[in-house]
Amino acid sequence: MSIINFITNPSRASFSRVFGGAPAKPGETFGVPGYGSSTVISIVTSVTLLFIWWLVTTMGWVKPFFLPSPQSIAIRTIELASTEYSGATLWQHTEWSLYRVFTAFFIAVGLAIPIGIGMGVNRVLRGIFDPPIEFYRPIPPLGYLPLTIIWLGIDDLQKIVLIALAIFAPMALAARAGVRSVSIEQIHAAYSLGANRFQILRYIVLNGAMPEILTGMRIGIGFGWTTLVAAEMVAAQEGLGHMVLTAAEFLDTEVVILGIVMIGVIAYVFDLLMRFIQHKLVPWKGKM
Amino acid sequence: MSRLHLEDLTVVYPGTRHSDEVHALEKVSLTIPGNDFVVALGASGCGKTTLLNVLAGFIQPTSGTLLIENQPISGPGADRGVVFQKHALLPWLNVIQNTEFGLKLQGVAAQERRAVAVKYLQLVGLQEYHNFPVYQLSGGMQQRVGLARALTSDPDILLMDEPLGALDALTRETMQELILDVWRETEKMVFFITHSVEEALFMATKLIVMSPRPGRITHTYDLDFCHRFFEEKNARSIKSMPDFIAMREEVLKIIYQDEKSSGEED
Repeated sequence: MSIINFITNPSRASFSRVFGGAPAKPGETFGVPGYGSSTVISIVTSVTLLFIWWLVTTMGWVKPFFLPSPQSIAIRTIELASTEYSGATLWQHTEWSLYRVFTAFFIAVGLAIPIGIGMGVNRVLRGIFDPPIEFYRPIPPLGYLPLTIIWLGIDDLQKIVLIALAIFAPMALAARAGVRSVSIEQIHAAYSLGANRFQILRYIVLNGAMPEILTGMRIGIGFGWTTLVAAEMVAAQEGLGHMVLTAAEFLDTEVVILGIVMIGVIAYVFDLLMRFIQHKLVPWKGKM
Repeated sequence: MSRLHLEDLTVVYPGTRHSDEVHALEKVSLTIPGNDFVVALGASGCGKTTLLNVLAGFIQPTSGTLLIENQPISGPGADRGVVFQKHALLPWLNVIQNTEFGLKLQGVAAQERRAVAVKYLQLVGLQEYHNFPVYQLSGGMQQRVGLARALTSDPDILLMDEPLGALDALTRETMQELILDVWRETEKMVFFITHSVEEALFMATKLIVMSPRPGRITHTYDLDFCHRFFEEKNARSIKSMPDFIAMREEVLKIIYQDEKSSGEED
């Protein structure tokens, strides 16, 4: 069979799925982009990447200085769990980073959600908060890092404020967008059932905005992790970002990668938790 | 004394220029003395939804008088129940919580409002579905929850904005009968919008036919097909009666004429 023939006359299921040629099987929908589960493929990809990593390092094709082997990083992990590296064990570094990111996260949640909702429901609040948020939002945290140091010093407060600023803007905008996404029919229905403005806010807007707010929290915490290393760049005695930066100074590639993996894993686990919460709190998302 | 009284009601939507103004309603007058089932029918753009929004208190009329139970309207309120085209239920509440939502807003005690909700869910035939999430119900069932919800506040008038427009033909006919039964049971005045001529003739005791540009009432009919339905309980036979069909053709002619002339303007 020639290639042309194979493409123009796809007989295998996977091919027809890609090109949408054949009708869907009963119970499936025809033509849905990206139809099907990708879990198995994701697992295969991850295992393959790990295997390639293991292969190129163990065979000595890449020098450990550039890329240490996975097993050597595993050994370093166990080692650093009990011995100090740059002033603290791995868990202590992790605890400090978790403390900074989550303190910043909760401060940002506490401010961004009321302010974002306020911006959504009130033109005065929108007029007040829109210019400053839209002004600083696109500036990378590294850009205003020096300013936070000049203003707040080099204590934990400065680090937490820097991370909180990075989380605040996307979350406030998500809450504001959430208010806009509430259906006007639901608001009209509540008014025609005798609701006052406060009840509309309490019973309709807050619930209706919830999916967007939760999505905003997921995006926000992501910004928090991205900003962590920048926050721990200056005068930190501990923390995963500090650990990575110190290791880089000593060209200790194993610990650099270890730190990166730690941050990645924690962020991923937290995102899974947020998705679970989202599923529990707003099971109706996308269904009405 | 009348339940509903409109006199020279006019609604003008402002355009960017004076000549762009849209006269959605032009000097509409209507008096309904009793518990009528009023159906507004007309080509698109005839102002029937605007009229409902004025009655609901969502839109302020540009000029004219509007009295419900001899009271002027100043904004939406629980004395007028609205059933929407897109049910507008709250997906974070289950069926019975949605139904009792209006009473909760009015501060009625939990037990009392639960009892009222149970009664009206029974009336619309959803007694088995109290704890279902509303997003798992079919379109017809969702509309029934919307109807029960509007009834719990015991409004003077039920305003229904094409409530059956999104349903399939069979569900639609079942719902027509259900709504008529609910109307007879509760003795509410109903203001019902549709663009189905058959539905309008079958359900109305008072049919108002509206025409676009400017939106106005051109014909009014007093009908009794729904009362015949209460006697015979056979909707199909009523809809195939010679006088029903004659009526249908007469009204269709008016509506087609409106559609045609508005098409020529464009």
